[in-house]
Amino acid sequence: MDKMFMSKNGPAIAGAIIGVIGALLVKFGNPGNMGFCVACFTRDIAGAFGLHRAAVVQYLRPEIAGFIIGAFISALAFSEFRPRGGSSPMVRFALGFFAMIGALVFLGCPWRAYLRLAGGDFNAVAGIAGLVCGIGGVWFLCGGFSLGAARPTPKAAGFVMPLFAAAILVFLFVKPLFGPEGTGPIFFSEKGPGAAHAPILISLAAGLAVGWLAQRTRFCTIGAVRDLMIVKDAHLFKGILSFIIAALIVNVALGQFKPGFEGQPVAHTMHLWNFLGMLLSGLAFTLAGGCPGRMLIMSGEGDSDAGVFVLGMLIGAAFAHNFTAASSAAGIGPHGAAATIIGLVFCLAVGFAFKNKMA
Amino acid sequence: MEKNTIDARGLSCPQPVIVTKAALEKMKSGTAEILVDTVTSRENVIRFTTRAGWKTSWKETETGFAVTAEK
Repeated sequence: MDKMFMSKNGPAIAGAIIGVIGALLVKFGNPGNMGFCVACFTRDIAGAFGLHRAAVVQYLRPEIAGFIIGAFISALAFSEFRPRGGSSPMVRFALGFFAMIGALVFLGCPWRAYLRLAGGDFNAVAGIAGLVCGIGGVWFLCGGFSLGAARPTPKAAGFVMPLFAAAILVFLFVKPLFGPEGTGPIFFSEKGPGAAHAPILISLAAGLAVGWLAQRTRFCTIGAVRDLMIVKDAHLFKGILSFIIAALIVNVALGQFKPGFEGQPVAHTMHLWNFLGMLLSGLAFTLAGGCPGRMLIMSGEGDSDAGVFVLGMLIGAAFAHNFTAASSAAGIGPHGAAATIIGLVFCLAVGFAFKNKMA
Repeated sequence: MEKNTIDARGLSCPQPVIVTKAALEKMKSGTAEILVDTVTSRENVIRFTTRAGWKTSWKETETGFAVTAEK
């Protein structure tokens, strides 16, 4: 079976399976068009740890832990667990931070942008357009942009993110309550998107399966467009196409396809900010070398730099809510515009500062 | 016969492919050895060199993999 995943059609097969699982998770209870959303789910985890206090988006999403652990097991099984790190970790942290700001202005990571489209949410079109323009950041890459080479690290360094993922699961099951007034330190939403979730074991199984699949096939929503741009290689792009088509088919079959702009789940209709939010995210992901799902997978493979990027996303999510930069169904937050512009300026500055750094 | 060694070890996606592309386009023909440190980079480089019409092989090294492209 692994041969099939490692073949040139691997990403397309994986994309279809991930698309089906994504649509099914909504049926099982995840928020609308949010079978998977690396940004939203990481934001929910930040909330569950009390890093932000937006009461409607707090849950320890087992899918995220599953991605990391699934990739970790797969990498170990196929001798691809190669701990490495040291490629400008602080810059990667900041890129993760701002990638999350952009994603929460749009209300979704690239995975969810495609899932929103597959659910009939046409607001996603502006976001995907922004994403593609952001991936235009390959201009920096083709001009010699590099955050520097990573180096092998001691093997143990690669265990940190899988252990963090395991800790998420432990806290999810144990639900410790020893904070002031018997609340926290783990918080779970009682209403809103954070309260909408598939049964834990289904979410976890889905996360593990997708983590495994994505590790084997290198499924990447940024690489898909990027490789088309720089080497006209549609290998990964086919993964995105089959991802969207599979999710669309299942959504239609389950009555989850609701075409239109208004009243879409966890989405707003401010097209300019949908575009600019994803522009920021796309640029940040491109400079860092992959989409947020891919970052989780690589962190499971022992890539400390990807792990640092994920932690940047976690903290970025907390800041996005604490600084009212995150959007809601009503539109962008009071400081969403400013945060997006600051993020864009930062990413462009990184692009220019690290151009011509390729050895 | 020109022989070039390209060290792409530790670089993030898609930089190994970008440096390989730049080097091979400059060489036009000859033999190039591209050093990478992950299986993903190895696959990406091989997919590119093969599509670009270079005869490609690879072997495992102490620090990862060495991909050889000939034309």
